[in-house]
Amino acid sequence: MITAIARRVASGAIVLWAAATAAYLALLAAPGDIVDAIIGDGADTPQIRSQIIAEWNLDRPAIVQYLDYLLRAAQGDLGRSYLLQRPVRDVIGEQILPTLKLAVAAAVFGVVLALILAVTTRHRWVRRVSSTAELIIVSTPPFLIGIVLLSVFSFRFGLFPVSGDRGWAGLVLPAITLGLPIAGVLAQVLRDGLDRALDEPFAVTARARGLRERAVLVRHALRHALMPAVTLLGWLSGVLIGGVVIIEQVFGRPGLGQVTLQAVGNGDMPVVLAVVVFAAAAFVLINTAADLAYLLIDPRLRRS
Amino acid sequence: MIEVENLRVTFTGRHRVEAVRGVSFTIGEGECVAIVGESGSGKSVTARSLVGLAGPHAHVEAGTFTVDGRDVRGFAARDWRRLRGRFAGLILQDALVSLDPLRTVGAEIGEVLQTHGIGDRRDRPQRIQRLLTDVHVPEPERRVRQYPHQLSGGLRQRALIASAIAGGPRLLIADEPTTALDATVQAQILTLLAERRATGETLLLISHDLAVVSKLADRVLVMKDGRIVESGDTRTILVGAAHPYTKELVEAASGRRRGTTAEPGGVVAEATALRKVYGDRTVVRDFDLTIRRGEIVGLVGESGSGKTTVAQLLFGLTEPTSGRVRFEGADFSGVPERARRPIRRRLQLIAQDPLSAFDPRWTVRRIVGEALPRGGNPEPVLERVGLGADVLDRYPRQLSGGQRQRVAVARAIAPRPSLIICDEPVSALDVSVQAQVLDLLAQIREDDGTALLFISHDLGVIRDLADRVLVMHDGRVVEQGPVKAVFDHAGHEYTRALLDAVPTLEVSR
Amino acid sequence: MSLALPRPATRRLSLRIPRPGLALAGIVLGLAAAAVLWPSAFAGDPLAADPLRVLEGPSAAHWFGTDQLGRDVLDRVVHGARHSLSIGVAATLIAVGAGLLLGLLAGLTHRFADEALSRTFDALSAFPLVLLALLFIAIAGTGTTSLIVAIGIATTPHYARVVRAQTLVVRRAPYVTHAVAFGASRTRLVLRHVLPNVLGPIPVLAMIGLGEAILIAAGLSFLGLGPQPPSPEWGAMLSEGRGYLHIAWWASVLPGCAVTATVISLTVIGRHLQNRFEGRIQ
Repeated sequence: MITAIARRVASGAIVLWAAATAAYLALLAAPGDIVDAIIGDGADTPQIRSQIIAEWNLDRPAIVQYLDYLLRAAQGDLGRSYLLQRPVRDVIGEQILPTLKLAVAAAVFGVVLALILAVTTRHRWVRRVSSTAELIIVSTPPFLIGIVLLSVFSFRFGLFPVSGDRGWAGLVLPAITLGLPIAGVLAQVLRDGLDRALDEPFAVTARARGLRERAVLVRHALRHALMPAVTLLGWLSGVLIGGVVIIEQVFGRPGLGQVTLQAVGNGDMPVVLAVVVFAAAAFVLINTAADLAYLLIDPRLRRS
Repeated sequence: MIEVENLRVTFTGRHRVEAVRGVSFTIGEGECVAIVGESGSGKSVTARSLVGLAGPHAHVEAGTFTVDGRDVRGFAARDWRRLRGRFAGLILQDALVSLDPLRTVGAEIGEVLQTHGIGDRRDRPQRIQRLLTDVHVPEPERRVRQYPHQLSGGLRQRALIASAIAGGPRLLIADEPTTALDATVQAQILTLLAERRATGETLLLISHDLAVVSKLADRVLVMKDGRIVESGDTRTILVGAAHPYTKELVEAASGRRRGTTAEPGGVVAEATALRKVYGDRTVVRDFDLTIRRGEIVGLVGESGSGKTTVAQLLFGLTEPTSGRVRFEGADFSGVPERARRPIRRRLQLIAQDPLSAFDPRWTVRRIVGEALPRGGNPEPVLERVGLGADVLDRYPRQLSGGQRQRVAVARAIAPRPSLIICDEPVSALDVSVQAQVLDLLAQIREDDGTALLFISHDLGVIRDLADRVLVMHDGRVVEQGPVKAVFDHAGHEYTRALLDAVPTLEVSR
Repeated sequence: MSLALPRPATRRLSLRIPRPGLALAGIVLGLAAAAVLWPSAFAGDPLAADPLRVLEGPSAAHWFGTDQLGRDVLDRVVHGARHSLSIGVAATLIAVGAGLLLGLLAGLTHRFADEALSRTFDALSAFPLVLLALLFIAIAGTGTTSLIVAIGIATTPHYARVVRAQTLVVRRAPYVTHAVAFGASRTRLVLRHVLPNVLGPIPVLAMIGLGEAILIAAGLSFLGLGPQPPSPEWGAMLSEGRGYLHIAWWASVLPGCAVTATVISLTVIGRHLQNRFEGRIQ
């Protein structure tokens, strides 16, 4: 089991390294001079140019540039945005909280809703209605969901603020918008897993003991259904990270998504690269958690 | 105790299936009744209907249907629940999947006690251990904390039985309780079931194998296509079966020798001092074998004995760690695949699961055609294995299990090989079909002089078909010789244990 | 969410679709295809503005209402099909082509190359698609071509993984072993058994994947990273109409519904074919 965890950590480190390297290569591949790419739409003076050359070691051999970049990234130094005239770390640190709040709220909402849907809608008609609703949600662009929610609950009924990050009320609609597609996919996967598990011989054995159908479902089948759902944790992290970019835009919330979007628009490469590396780190973290969750759920995986 | 008259079970899913079509029987207190039939005969559905578990889309109707003196027609879900576990316990085939693989053995057994409010929180652990002791599980205090996958097949099955008897049921329904097990373990589980019966429990056995149930059952019901075709005392059924289908089953269970008078010819294949090591495990060691033309050599062993690895070595799928294989006088191991290719067609393979052995996108015509010389007509070959031209344009999926295995045989004999390696070729088939495929293989040997290496865990099949037999255990051959000599005077204790475990029809005729 | 893949590739959900639903999906796809091929046959000029009829609700003259410049929303939705769908199709073609090549390469070569390639696919396919696309756009600049390539690259690992997994399964299948028994060479094995069995499910996968590509494209152009106004791309229309949401919901919600209807139809028909296909072969 310890070797399994060690292997997991090692492969996480490799993913991080690959993401950092890919980001670096992307910088090299950008059209024009590397200094131009780093400046983006920011002020272009000889002084700033020399500052960039010094920071990125552009006057030294390529391998030194690369290794130094890795070393700085490993220490959490993500460079400096010459457009914003600030260290990237500060930019991210400042905007992370609203984004984190949104992501966590959406994840919790999505997972809880999916569990409720999968377990309670077992009977024919409810099930069909629920499956259809999930299909529609999953196939709808998230910004459309956000826009519809906004026009109904904020404009029509005035229940929630239209934009910004003002307390909990401002969090409700964005979290629902981001969480609904998660719930849609997870509910489908969970329901499918429950169906399979309830067809297994052990479910027959459990029923033959005199268990109620609900007990068979919750005590036996649910854990089996969770396995494929856990596989989706990595996917879930991608959805959250990718989703916040759009949701923050729709609801006019501050956060990392807005920072990223502006950086892409202005060609502020240091920020874009930092966000990519940062997202990779979040991804690795969540996937490691997923692997540990596997071990918790399935004792068969515990033997090394 | 149970009285059923004109029971019908119909599945109303996407397709309407009449699984049970008018079945009547009774089971008396303390009796042991067996239902015997092949897959799809409706035997399992009948048994499960007795506890209201026929299935989600099952429609059950009956003229009379009383369980424990109560009319169960119109039983609500909670009435059934009270019967399950308390009045009747259910034992299914393979405990690896019939016990929840994510829960400990103790939790599974404890669940029965908890559901029926037997004992209280404090004395339940003791009760669970006592149940495990009752089914002869050693070190029960350790086993309760283990998961099914951590137990051997035999122990697992015992744990499953412990959970079935935990509620103190008067009726035990055992649906193919030993089918997934090796022969020696199978015998032990049968002994355990006999023991339960001796304590006064009523037993309903479901099996495809007449031999398995013949030792235990007082009465046998033979089912086919949802109907009981014959029923009576076990003895009467075995000796004086009236229905042709029952006769077929009896014959399949008692075995029929398919020998030959022809003398073996020249050497076809030769393996010397084969040894195969995976990592730090030696799977095969000191394996020697010579197969001559027209010979059928049996290779017997339980799962994990190394017999499948031997097949792969002989077939040239993996290279031996040491030792060598020669085929038709040429080196077959230690040479590049390019060197083997010209003689590849002379060595064929028939596998246990023919479905996965066919490219799913190919029709029978193309499958058999691949084995023939370019432009060869597949029809005569199919005719030899008893198939008509009507299967030519079907996909493997559209054939029955027996038909598929015949196509596999046709493909194997088409290039006129000198040796066919048969890896458990009949294990997945119903017994009556088994007999037909064995007849077919014997006929091919007789007609073509093809040598067969017949690998099986089933001693009965080997005894009926092979001339010589090799017994493998833990990667080495522990005994070999002519079939009759080995079966009559087994030298090695492992062979004797295997032989003792084989269920045979023991009836004084 | 749908900016990432709505459904991970390796899992197949058993979804049973009632006949009327299938028929409806077929009709929607038929309409979408017609709109892509001959938009002018169904709708007027998507750029014709009428300053006297600004932000009018749905009526007999303008079924989907008009937008802030008085342009007919339905005309724009019909013409937008060509923009939105061709981006999706082009991106999917890139992804399927590259995915096939890389997946086969990983599945057929020896351990080291496979390990390196499949690790990369694994990491990339779970990595947020939007970020990958954003990174590409940040480097290559905004615009339709760059959007297509970005989505193509971002969805490639998805197909590469499926192809690799399928290749491995087929390669080890007993029927390939049997082909060895007939002295088949390696090339012959690959051409006669592996390739056909790997390629079989690809068209259906691509169909479902197309829906996903369309969703991502709509998302990115909603963010202003795709075709620029006044071109009638669905995502861009949504973005434009968003500012008038409180007085004219139709200008943004109805183009969004076009995206949803197309994607649902693709998914429904794709999954139906998938079920049929599995039923026949396995």
